[in-house]
Amino acid sequence: MSSETTNVHAEGAEHGEHEGMTKKRILKIFYILTAITCVEFFIALVIAPHYRTSLLINPIYIVLTLLKAYFIVAFFMHLKFEKVGLALAIIVPILFIIGLILVLTNESHYWIGLRHV
Amino acid sequence: MSTAVTQPVDEVKSTPWSGGRSPFNVEYGKMMMWFFLLSDAFTFSSLLISYGALRFSAPVWPAPSLVFQSVPGTSIEHGAPLVFVGIMTFILIASSVTMVLAVEAGHRNAKKEVVTWMLFTILGGLMFLSCQALEWNHLHSEGFWWGHVPNATTMQEFFKAGVPFSQQTMTSHQFANLFFTITGFHGFHVFSGVVINIIITINVLLGTYQKRGSYLMIEKVGLYWHFVDLVWVFVFTFFYLV
Repeated sequence: MSSETTNVHAEGAEHGEHEGMTKKRILKIFYILTAITCVEFFIALVIAPHYRTSLLINPIYIVLTLLKAYFIVAFFMHLKFEKVGLALAIIVPILFIIGLILVLTNESHYWIGLRHV
Repeated sequence: MSTAVTQPVDEVKSTPWSGGRSPFNVEYGKMMMWFFLLSDAFTFSSLLISYGALRFSAPVWPAPSLVFQSVPGTSIEHGAPLVFVGIMTFILIASSVTMVLAVEAGHRNAKKEVVTWMLFTILGGLMFLSCQALEWNHLHSEGFWWGHVPNATTMQEFFKAGVPFSQQTMTSHQFANLFFTITGFHGFHVFSGVVINIIITINVLLGTYQKRGSYLMIEKVGLYWHFVDLVWVFVFTFFYLV
């Protein structure tokens, strides 16, 4: 473990010389994440009880969740400052998950139908 | 073609993808951590999507605002929906922040600061795990467990009036199995994260990374820790909010 890391570093595969996360920036992301979570609580506790259906509210939750995921991955996990190639290698395969969502949503429609038989 | 500038045949190519260097400009271990997290993301999304499909096809579902309305560990049993999970979410986000601060201190080779922030991160992880233990214990005392649902009177509290008992039993079973499996799998990740963080902190104290000349290892465990936080963001939305 140790010898490997030292070698690579000697060869200059080091990163972090480029713009990184300063303390100020870290705190800013923390405030953003906390604020988004507070908005979610506000919707769940104040707005949602007034509506009978969650058809409109659930997509809002999902958008806010993805927004939080973006801030965590891009800034905390530093992916925004990595080479584009690495970012693509991680993000493009994630898109396959959309396929599974579509397939299983379709399937669950079929399951609803089964219950009524 | 040959009239234009001719390229010397023996010129050494120096583009990122022509070999001899890491095209992604990351250290091997860090890249592999990313690929591991990618595979882990697939595992978690399979679990969450299965949950989504089962819940979507169910005629009724135990309402999150009724199931999670107590604050375990205190005397508040009713009327405080989302409060406890809010505390848990805040703890995990805060521990993610202390982890980035440890990474940032590592860039400056500030050993003492790295140790301080790592200890805060470990503390956050342990607090989260304790909260989850309380939450599990609370649900278990109500009668939920893998393959077990509460008795009829308790279970009725989680549904609107008029939902047939057979439907309550069926979806409560699905809810219990999925909840304990998914939060259990996540909690196991938090637990492993805490163990890894402790090992790395001991290494920092022993001066391993000082000798190595870089605190890159903090970054790698940091990636894992943020991923655990990332998964919680989704678990939180799909179990507690939706």
